[in-house]
Amino acid sequence: MLKIKKLHKSYPIGDSSLHVLKGIDLSVESGEMVAIMGSSGSGKSTLLNIIGMLDEADEGEYILDNVPIKNLTEKKAAIYRNKFLGFIFQSFNLINYKNALDNVALPLYYQGLKRKERIEKGLFHLEKVGLRDWATHLPNELSGGQKQRVAIARALAANPKLLLADEPTGALDTKTSYEIMEFIQSLNDEGKTILMVTHEEDIANMCKRIVRLKDGVIMEDSFVEQVRAEQYV
Amino acid sequence: MKFLFERDTWQEVFDSLNKNKLRSVLTMVGVWWGILLLIGLLGSAKGIENSFNRLFGSFATNSVFVWGQSTSKPFKGFQEGKRVRLSLSDAKKVEENVDGIEFVVPRNQNGGQVVRNFLSGNFSINGDYPLLDKVQKKKMARGRFINQSDMDDRRKVAVISEEIYKQLFEKDVNPIGEYIRINSINFKVVGMFENGNVNMGPTSDIHIPFTTFQQIYNQGEEIGWMMITGKPEYDIKQIELDAKLLLKNLNRIHPEDKRAFGSFNLGKEFAKMTGFLTGMQFLTWFVGIATLIAGVFAIGNILLITVKERTKEIGVRRAIGATPFEIKRQIIVEAVFITLLAGFFGILSGGWILILIDKTIGQGDDAWMVNASVSIGVVFIALVILIFLGTLIGLIPAFKATSVKPIDALREE
Repeated sequence: MLKIKKLHKSYPIGDSSLHVLKGIDLSVESGEMVAIMGSSGSGKSTLLNIIGMLDEADEGEYILDNVPIKNLTEKKAAIYRNKFLGFIFQSFNLINYKNALDNVALPLYYQGLKRKERIEKGLFHLEKVGLRDWATHLPNELSGGQKQRVAIARALAANPKLLLADEPTGALDTKTSYEIMEFIQSLNDEGKTILMVTHEEDIANMCKRIVRLKDGVIMEDSFVEQVRAEQYV
Repeated sequence: MKFLFERDTWQEVFDSLNKNKLRSVLTMVGVWWGILLLIGLLGSAKGIENSFNRLFGSFATNSVFVWGQSTSKPFKGFQEGKRVRLSLSDAKKVEENVDGIEFVVPRNQNGGQVVRNFLSGNFSINGDYPLLDKVQKKKMARGRFINQSDMDDRRKVAVISEEIYKQLFEKDVNPIGEYIRINSINFKVVGMFENGNVNMGPTSDIHIPFTTFQQIYNQGEEIGWMMITGKPEYDIKQIELDAKLLLKNLNRIHPEDKRAFGSFNLGKEFAKMTGFLTGMQFLTWFVGIATLIAGVFAIGNILLITVKERTKEIGVRRAIGATPFEIKRQIIVEAVFITLLAGFFGILSGGWILILIDKTIGQGDDAWMVNASVSIGVVFIALVILIFLGTLIGLIPAFKATSVKPIDALREE
């Protein structure tokens, strides 16, 4: 599904440069649910961004679904992102002047789907996250948990191969966090591959595999017993 | 271009304009004002031009009047101060020998007392050729102008102005076929013309056949003055010089005698006026387009701020699969749309102003603006300029929007 070999990334800071990723090797199989952990500055977000094609590695190999991701133009990157990836952000990043349905349907718009089809699919995914009745509400009329569920519906809308979540519960309280995790787990149960960045142990333990980063290298990569979120809800 | 006809493209435009209604409206004020000014000024300029054209419309403007005065230089044995009188043969020679002549119309004029029944008045009596009607178009209210058989038979017929009709005739009397007495000679009225707005040269109230005039005033071959009309493609100033030189030759006058002939070059005067109009039109376009450019820049400026504010949103859009081209296209469509919308309202309100001008100062015969309006062509040009400027100015924020990497755009708070 996803193969990363000897990935390096550094950022220029003034005259010197900051070496953020120092040779990451990672491979994720289809259907996995992986948590990437690490303290701030460990490079976990950078890794996720490179996987999400929002950023490009300086060195190394990255193969997604047998497609080598290299020397992407902005246009190609956009098309790949649209086709392969679904993003879930910490701060939801919904477009605040569009209602829930339009937000969910936006990736489909960029796929060039007809309006009717978009509404149909958008409603289907809203239904899936249990917010069909909220379809015409603007993001600021929704609670944090609801917003994140709309964001998840949006990530799912284009039917991506890989879901990338950057601290999906970072802006939510514990109870809502667990609700969201329960939902993400159910997506994984259906076979979606999920990669998430988190620094919360309890959230990480709800994944099936934990990759720990420190100073740009992988310290630990272990499969764990998944804690089901529904028991806390 | 297909995207222009898709509902979603416009949905996106309306969504982002709706987001900040006040700002969208304020943005449009500049362009609205520019177009309003352009349309209003161009329409007014056209109105003034129309009023000039109405004044001169009946007149061959490429004309010069020449009459004889007194010499100021001795020549070939003649003392200075010799009285110069033009004759019919002079007129004929001018017509035959000067390049670019359309017509030469010899004219004579005299004052006289005109009487009808118990009403009378003093008017100028003109001896004229039928040709005059070609040069100084008479708008006949009734009857006809002098014709060739009047000339041949030296008929005692007169064509009178409406003004004279009012003075000499009772209300509702048909003047045609009635007789008036000019210097104790009866003339039959054959035509009545409406007073023109502009009378070039001496006022003309009554026209009688040239030949009749010759006879009753015992003029012989002498004429009062001649109207020379040049062909449109010829320079009337040159014609004036050529004609005067020829006339000096014919009348044995020193070639450099500047006072022997008087003249009034209507073409020259008219050119000054049309030059003024052209200048005014140029100024109008200049002011209008400059204002328009300023307005469009305001739109560009605001869009730049909007794009800056929307950096994160644009980042999100790109993260979920919008290509840079799609983002740019959207912003340019927005820019063009705002510009066009503002332009549309500008054209509309400009049109209203022109209607208002037409309803108030555009009415009546002596209005100094007539049918103040702009042609569809001008509106079309204005729209093309708007689309062009809108696209151009949209490019700046469009490139700005996609110059930020999506990763940095997402980090923006």
